[in-house]
Amino acid sequence: MAIFFGDDYEEKEEAKALIKSLAKLIEKLGDLEIENVEIRAEELTFILQPMVGVMAQAPQLLPKVEKAIETLLKTEFSPPIETYPGQIAEVQIGATRSDGGSRKKVVRIGGEKTMPFYSFEALNPNRLAFAMDVFDMPVVLAKSVKQHFEDVMHDPADWAKRCVEDFGAEIISLNLISTDPLIKDTSAKDAAKTVERVLQAVDVPLIIGGSGNKAKDPFVLEAAAEVASGERCILNSANIDNDYKRIARAAKKYGHIVVAFTPMDINNQKKLNRLLLDEGLSKEQIIIDPTTAALGYGLDYTLSLMERIKLAGLLGDSDLQMPILASTSNSWGAREAWMKSEEWGPREYRGPLWETVTTITAMMAGGDLFMLSHPATVRVIKGLMENLYGEVDTDQRIQDWITDIGM
Amino acid sequence: MPEKVTLLSVYRFLPQTNCGECGEPNCMAFASKLLERKFTPENCPPLKKPKYKEQMAKLIELIAPPIKEVTIGTGNSIVKIGGKEVMYRHELTYHNPTAIAIDVSDTMDDGKIVETCKAIETISLVRIGETLKLNMVAVRCASKDPDRFSYVTSLVARSCNLPLILCSFDPKNLKAALEKGQVANKRPLLYAASEENWREVSELAKQYDCPVVIFAPNNLTLLKSLIKTLQAIGIRDIVMDPGSYTEGKLLKDSINNLVMIRRAAIQRGDKDLSYPIMAVPAIVWMGEKQDPITASYKEAYIASLFMNRYADLLIMHTLEIWALLPVLTLRQNIYTDPRKPVSVEPGLRAIGKPDEKSPVFLTTNFALTYFTVANDLESAGINCYLLVLNTEGLAVEVSVAGGQFNSSNVKDLFLSSGVEKMVKHNKLIIPGMAARLKGEIEDSTNWEVIVGPRDSSQIKGFLTKYWA
Ligand code: B12
Ligand code: SF4
Repeated sequence: MAIFFGDDYEEKEEAKALIKSLAKLIEKLGDLEIENVEIRAEELTFILQPMVGVMAQAPQLLPKVEKAIETLLKTEFSPPIETYPGQIAEVQIGATRSDGGSRKKVVRIGGEKTMPFYSFEALNPNRLAFAMDVFDMPVVLAKSVKQHFEDVMHDPADWAKRCVEDFGAEIISLNLISTDPLIKDTSAKDAAKTVERVLQAVDVPLIIGGSGNKAKDPFVLEAAAEVASGERCILNSANIDNDYKRIARAAKKYGHIVVAFTPMDINNQKKLNRLLLDEGLSKEQIIIDPTTAALGYGLDYTLSLMERIKLAGLLGDSDLQMPILASTSNSWGAREAWMKSEEWGPREYRGPLWETVTTITAMMAGGDLFMLSHPATVRVIKGLMENLYGEVDTDQRIQDWITDIGM
Repeated sequence: MPEKVTLLSVYRFLPQTNCGECGEPNCMAFASKLLERKFTPENCPPLKKPKYKEQMAKLIELIAPPIKEVTIGTGNSIVKIGGKEVMYRHELTYHNPTAIAIDVSDTMDDGKIVETCKAIETISLVRIGETLKLNMVAVRCASKDPDRFSYVTSLVARSCNLPLILCSFDPKNLKAALEKGQVANKRPLLYAASEENWREVSELAKQYDCPVVIFAPNNLTLLKSLIKTLQAIGIRDIVMDPGSYTEGKLLKDSINNLVMIRRAAIQRGDKDLSYPIMAVPAIVWMGEKQDPITASYKEAYIASLFMNRYADLLIMHTLEIWALLPVLTLRQNIYTDPRKPVSVEPGLRAIGKPDEKSPVFLTTNFALTYFTVANDLESAGINCYLLVLNTEGLAVEVSVAGGQFNSSNVKDLFLSSGVEKMVKHNKLIIPGMAARLKGEIEDSTNWEVIVGPRDSSQIKGFLTKYWA
C-alpha cells in the first residue's frame, strides 16, 4: 500500500543516523553519557521502528494559587495564517466563440493558494464545479436516480439537456460506454457522432469518458477530440497502462484537457502526471483523478490521498499541482446508497444523502471538480457552496438554541 | 512552533534499568513504542513506584497530545473526546472518534423522554464487524424551569446509562440538575459557560469537578479570554464551542473558526486553545415547525461537514436511521488507522450448520469484504464453509490486481485449514472479481473452481442455479 509514504521520513533517517553514530562512539568508549542520559551499548541494538514525531508542548502552567477572579482575563486571538510556496494550476474547461469553441460559458477550476475553505488565510480564486453523469445508452442505475431520467435514457442529447436545464449541471460528463467491446462495441466514429449531438444539445462544457477498455479508449477519445476540436473538453482518462500518449497528442492537437487517472496511489499519480507533462501537455491541461471511493467503501483512502496531493502541490511539488477530479457518483456503488433495507430506512433519502456526504468529504479534502448523479445532491451541494463562499446573507441567531429547537 | 519530542527526551524519564517488565528488551525500545503511541507510561511497571512519581508526571506531560483528552461521565459510562495530535489523518491515526449526543428537551412529556432515551441507547448498526452507536444524551432546559429540568435530568439518568450533557445558559438550572437531579456524581458535561454566566458556571464546574463547555459564538478572542479565565480559576476539563452556524455567511465563519483553533493548538502550540471542539448540528431544527425529512437531511450533512473539520463532539437531534447511518459511517471511515487496513483472521469458518455436502466459498480477509460476505451468507440462510484468504487485509479486486490473491496462497490455505476433510466434494466457489484466477487455482488445488457472482448479495440466486 503506497499511499502513505512517511512524511516523517527525514525524521527517521535522522534518528537512525544518530543511533548509528552513537553506536560507533560506544564501541570506542564503552558506555557513554550524553546530557545526563546514560546509554549502554546493548540498548542500541534494537532496530529502530518507524516512529512518528510527537509535538512537545510548553508545560501547562496553571497558577498554583487559584484566586477568586472577578473580571474576564482579556487576551487576543490572531489567526494562525500560513503562506505556501506553491499554487495549484488553473484549468479552463470549455471554450466560448471568442476562444475557438461554441460554449456559452466556460468553467474555471483550480488556482488554489490554500486548502479548501481556509478563507481566513487566502481566497482561492475559483469555485468548485459540478458535472452530472450522462451515458450513451440506457444503463443500470439506482432506482432513486433512474426515476429522474427514465424517459430520456435512450437519447444522450435529451439526457444532457435534462441535466442542464432542469437540474443546473454546469458540465456534462458523457460516458461512451457503448464502445466497450463486451457491451455494444460501438465504433469510435459513431461515438464521436454522439459527442457532436450532445455538444449541439447543450451549451455547457463536456467531460468525454471512454468505456474503461484500455485498448479501445485511446481511439474513442481521439475521435471524440477531433469532432470537438477547439471546445476544451476533458478527455477521461489517460492511465499508465493505456496508450496515454495518443490521448495526450489528441488533446494537444485539438485543444482539450486530459484526466490523469490512477487507482489510489500517490506515487503512481506523480509518475503519470510527469509522463503527461513530458508529452508536452501543460499543467493547465491536466486534471488528476486519484480515485474516489464511496462513503464506507474506502472514502478514508480518498480523503487522505486528496489532502496529501493538495498539500504537496501547495508546498511546491510541481508534479502534483493540478486540480483534482472527484468522481463522487461512485457513491452509488455502495449498498447503503441503493439497497432496499428496513433496517437502514427509506433508500429514497438515504441514497442522495450517501452521495452528498461523500461529496462533502471530497470537497473538504481537496477535490475541485465533482461528478454527481442525483439531482437532489446537485441542489444541496450548490446551496451549501453559496454559503461556504459567503455569498448568502443571514441573521441566524444561535444564542438561544437550547430553548428554540423544535421537537 | 512546538519542538519535537525525541527518543532521548523520553528515555531520560524512564527508570533506565532495562528490566524488561514492560515486555520490551530495554528502556530505549520502550521509549520508541511510547512515541508511536503503542504504549503509555503506565505500561512500565517500575515507573509506578513512588520514587519515580515525579519522573512519571514529567513524562506524561512531555508526551501529552497537543489537544487535551477530556473524559465525560464515570464508571462504565464514559466518553473520551479530544486527545488529537495532528491536523491531517495521514500524519497519524486520529484518536477518540467524534462522540455523538442526541438531545432530549425537558418540555417533552415523560413517556416520550423515556422512549427517546431508550432509542438513543439501543440504536446500533453493525458495519464491518464494528457496532456503530450513539454515545450521549444532551438534556436541554427548554422549560426555563429549574424544577422541571432537575426532574427530567434524573429521569433521563434513570432511563439510560449514557453520559450526559446538561444544557442551559442559566446557572440556576444547571445547579438544580446537578443537585436536585442528583447527577453531580456522574460527571456530566456542563453546557455552557458564556460571557454572561462564566462566574457561576465555573463555580459549579469546580465544585462538582465536571467538564465544562465554553460557548463563544463566532468570537475567538472571547473564546480565548474565557478559557484563560477558567484556567486561572483552576478548571482543567474544557470543551470549546465556537458556535455552530448552519446558514449563510456565518456557516463559512464557523468552518474557518474550527480550522483556526485547531491549527493554533497543534501547529502554534497555543495552550489556551488546546481543548476538544464541539459543534451542534441540531441547530438546523431551530424555529417553528421544520419538515422532518428536510431537517434530518440537512442536519446529517452539516454534521459531516463539522466532523470533517475537527469536531470532537456533536449534539444532534434526528433519530432517523437513514440520516444517522451516513454520519456514523463517516466517523468510522475518518477514524480508521490510515496505516493499515482493517483485517480479520484468515482460515476456515463455518456459516450456519454445514455438512459434507455444503458448498465452499473463498473470500479475502479484508474486514469489509469478509463481513459483507459472511453477512450475506448468513442472512440468506446458507449452510456452508467460508475460506478466508490472507490478502494482507485487501479487498478482492485490489488483491487480485496487487497479487496478494494468488493460487499458491490459496493452496496454502487449503492445506492449513483442512477443508479437504470437511466435505465430500471438491468444488470451490470463488468471487466473480477473481474470475481470472480460475485456471491457476484449479491447477494448484486440484479442485474444480466455479466462478461466483461479482457481488456476494447475489450468491443465493446463484446457488439455486448452480448448486444442486
Ligand atoms: C479502497 C481501494 C483500494 C485501497 C485498498 C483497501 C483495501 N483494504 O482493500 C488501496 C488504496 C490500498 C488500493 C490499492 C490498489 N488498488 Co484499489 N481500489 C479500492 C476501491 C476504491 C474499493 C475496493 C473495496 O473496498 N471494495 C469493497 C469490497 C467489500 O469489495 P470486494 O472485496 O470486492 O467484495 C465484494 C465482491 O468481490 C464480492 N465477493 C467478495 N468475496 C466473495 C466471495 C464469493 C464466493 C463471491 C461469490 C463474491 C464475493 O462481494 C463483495 C461485496 O460486494 C476499488 C474501486 C471500487 N470502487 O471498487 C479500487 C480498485 C479495486 N483498485 C484497483 C487497483 C488497480 C489498485 C492498485 C493495484 C493500484 C496501484 N497501482 O497501486 C492497488 C493494489 C494494492 C495491492 N494489492 O497491493 C482497481 C482494480 C482494477 C482491476 N480490476 O484490476 C480498482 C477497481 C480501481 C479502478 N477502477 O481502477 N485500492
Ligand atoms: S519496564 Fe520500564 S524500566 Fe523496565 S525495561 Fe521497560 S521501560 Fe525500562
